[in-house]
Amino acid sequence: MLWGVLQFPGSCDERDALHACSLTGEARLIWHQERDLGGVDAVVVPGGFSYGDYLRAGAIARFSPAMEAVAEFAEAGGPVLGICNGFQVLCEAGLLPGALLRNENLRFSCRQVDLIAAGATSERLTTPEGSQAFTRSPFLRGIEPGERLSIPVKHGEGRYYAPEEMLDEIEARGQVAFRYAPGQNPNGSMRDIAGVVNEAGNVLGLMPHPEHAVDEMTGSTDGLKLFEGVAGLVPG
Amino acid sequence: MAKTRARVLIRPKEGILDPQGKAVEQALPALGFEGIGHVRVGRMVELEAADPERLPELCEKLLANPLIEDFEIEHVDGG
Repeated sequence: MLWGVLQFPGSCDERDALHACSLTGEARLIWHQERDLGGVDAVVVPGGFSYGDYLRAGAIARFSPAMEAVAEFAEAGGPVLGICNGFQVLCEAGLLPGALLRNENLRFSCRQVDLIAAGATSERLTTPEGSQAFTRSPFLRGIEPGERLSIPVKHGEGRYYAPEEMLDEIEARGQVAFRYAPGQNPNGSMRDIAGVVNEAGNVLGLMPHPEHAVDEMTGSTDGLKLFEGVAGLVPG
Repeated sequence: MAKTRARVLIRPKEGILDPQGKAVEQALPALGFEGIGHVRVGRMVELEAADPERLPELCEKLLANPLIEDFEIEHVDGG
């Protein structure tokens, strides 16, 4: 299992993402100017402030050579995980629906929150052999619908927004991956949405930071489940 | 080739909560400015374009996010 973690000027969570990935396989950094992902099995677009968040968070990063390669990789079904700024980049790139706006209370939110795994995990597919059932998104394989995960958030622009009709469609297609637990929505996200997947399920974006929740020392290892889910699909 | 000067005004779409505008609005009474409402904060981009025909495309692709923002292009006389 080889993970690739993107690194933009202004990224700041790529090292933690690299560490989280390395707990479930090999991991390497991919500089934003690289057009070739080098045969990785999955990609993480990490948190931070790519290109200084100029214009809009994620707006410039989306045009980098590495992101062009990631878009092709995602199109071909490759697993892509966007965390925080990475989620913003994936939305700007049109790989995920919706947009992230400034937090409702204008405050930078930095705290541990509970997430509830939503519908995206409930749709189970069966392999051609019929022997193994797995969840729709490779990142959510090890997570039961309704399961609570303790994961930190730290962002100033994390208010998930999409027009009502689009939200209805996203929900109907089971694309909501995580919601903030009742009363814990830190940013005013519509319908408490913390993370969504694309239609195929191979691209997941979320504002909370699973890569900061992989060690008991920092209070929770729930984030590791997302990385393990993908790693379990790739032999070796 | 002569370039056209333009201003692009970008603002949050109608109906989208704009907490920045709200914060500005709430600060005004304390400064003695009464009767100000519906404050919305957007941004303005000034540029020179060799091919102004392509400005709308440029705005949709980069300067604005059409899902959350409206934009307006103003052509400015070179003077």
